[in-house]
Amino acid sequence: MTPLRHTWQVALRYIRALLRQPAWVGISLTQPVIWLLLFGALFKRTADIPGFGGDSYIEFLAPGVVVMLALSSAWIGMGFIEDINRGTMDRLLVSPIWRGALNLGSVAQSVLSLVVQSLIVIGLALAVGARFHNGIVGVAVLIGVAALLGAIFASLSNGIAVLTRQRETLIGIITMVTLPLTFLSTALMQQSRLPGWVQWVASLNPVNWAAEAGRSAAGANADWGLIATRAGFLALLLLASAAFATRAFNIYQRST
Amino acid sequence: MTALDGLSFAVDAGMIFGLLGPNGAGKSTTVKILTTLSRADSGAARVAGLDVVRDAERVRRSIGVVGQRPGLDPDATGRENLEMQAEIYGLVGGARRERVEQLLDRLGLADAAGRLAKTYSGGMQRRLDVAIGLVHRPQVLFLDEPTTGLDPEARVELWREIERLAGEEEMTILLTTHYLEEADRLAGRLAIVDHGRVVAEGTPDELKSELRGDTVEVELVESANGDATAALSRVSAISELTVDGRLVRARVPDGAAAIPLVITAFERGGMRVASATVARPSLDDVYLRHAGRSFQQAETGTKEVSA
Repeated sequence: MTPLRHTWQVALRYIRALLRQPAWVGISLTQPVIWLLLFGALFKRTADIPGFGGDSYIEFLAPGVVVMLALSSAWIGMGFIEDINRGTMDRLLVSPIWRGALNLGSVAQSVLSLVVQSLIVIGLALAVGARFHNGIVGVAVLIGVAALLGAIFASLSNGIAVLTRQRETLIGIITMVTLPLTFLSTALMQQSRLPGWVQWVASLNPVNWAAEAGRSAAGANADWGLIATRAGFLALLLLASAAFATRAFNIYQRST
Repeated sequence: MTALDGLSFAVDAGMIFGLLGPNGAGKSTTVKILTTLSRADSGAARVAGLDVVRDAERVRRSIGVVGQRPGLDPDATGRENLEMQAEIYGLVGGARRERVEQLLDRLGLADAAGRLAKTYSGGMQRRLDVAIGLVHRPQVLFLDEPTTGLDPEARVELWREIERLAGEEEMTILLTTHYLEEADRLAGRLAIVDHGRVVAEGTPDELKSELRGDTVEVELVESANGDATAALSRVSAISELTVDGRLVRARVPDGAAAIPLVITAFERGGMRVASATVARPSLDDVYLRHAGRSFQQAETGTKEVSA
């Protein structure tokens, strides 16, 4: 009970701060909307490439953009750095708050805003002609795997934030990691159209796990076995990254 | 780097104990260790009878901390800040509501309770920090440089608040400060810390009465380092003479009797006196005696390295 209550308190704190600056919805949606509409128009003809497999590019792209949205959770650690610099983190660390709640509360907030943004992007995709073949269930699974991916990146970001405590370092790491992971996946391009070595890297890339599972769930012939294994990988990785973020506080305390 | 070097002290329950020292003396490191925020490489510490490493979890339940930096959440209202803190300690429902309102009221924040903490003045933010530290009725309250950065008016106001709270809430308070006046006013007992060690310990009065006599402080019109020392060598019963530019300080058994002699001695030596004052011993004198330099010198000397 206590861990849950503590997690909720931390989440509530971040959610409240977010709701007090409503501009965030608009700002954080700019990028995915640009991707969806611009890439959708730019690479429209891609769907005509033999072997791409039928449907329109925008329909292929939409689940990929939802997965890419999840990557913005990697920025969540900036809030931790602010808390550390301000002294708010120290105040929480001298209290008996469950250490896991600090990360999980922040993750909960980031997942919540991810769900809201995903729904907006999906609505927009529907408006420009994409179809989600498995209805509500397919959309829920797509958002679910994106949420798992977002939670992984949020946890890693929080852990790194606690260890480095440096805004610049965190920004550097996020930029260095997220962009290649996006392009070394099937978020934007069919697997069979990717170069061989990219296919190999993609098979180890959690962004790709989420893209494959999410796209399959939205597509005409959902492969539930593939979805289950990819979601399983993501869940395992989430456990590891959440443990890392929580353990990071031990090192923080030793070096404070 | 060794921040603490055999620092040791004990505090009786229910009192305000002051750790007085210049910036960089090791006060904050001590507080971090005692509040489980960092771990000492060696040595042991107990807070409320509990070992800070082995029993960290229970120590955290028994302490309240008002850190040097504000611990409040600026994007939450004053009330929300207190509510979250209450929830962390398991204070829920009616008990939570009652305690939060009581503290808002007691610290003069009731009117501002619904405003975001970032809109508060420095003094109000500090009071909210104190309230946050008190929500769960801690056995031991740590006040780490509580009035640093406050204007003199807000400082005196917070002192009054702390005095009142200490009486009402029956807590043990560990106060760290680099303000002599603050330690003198608030601490029932204090330890003077320098270079990570306790150099003197006692009640403020005990410490001051160790120094018998008064301090005579003379300001000269022109600075005269060596000459001043020479001039005063003829006045008997002078001790602990320091000359710093135009400022000459010395200890004498009886200030009132010594002043005319000191002024005459300077005039004979051809030095004009701008002002002369007698003071009862202060904690500054105590510090000078034990640390071998004035508090002011210690402060300016460490300004660059202190965080």
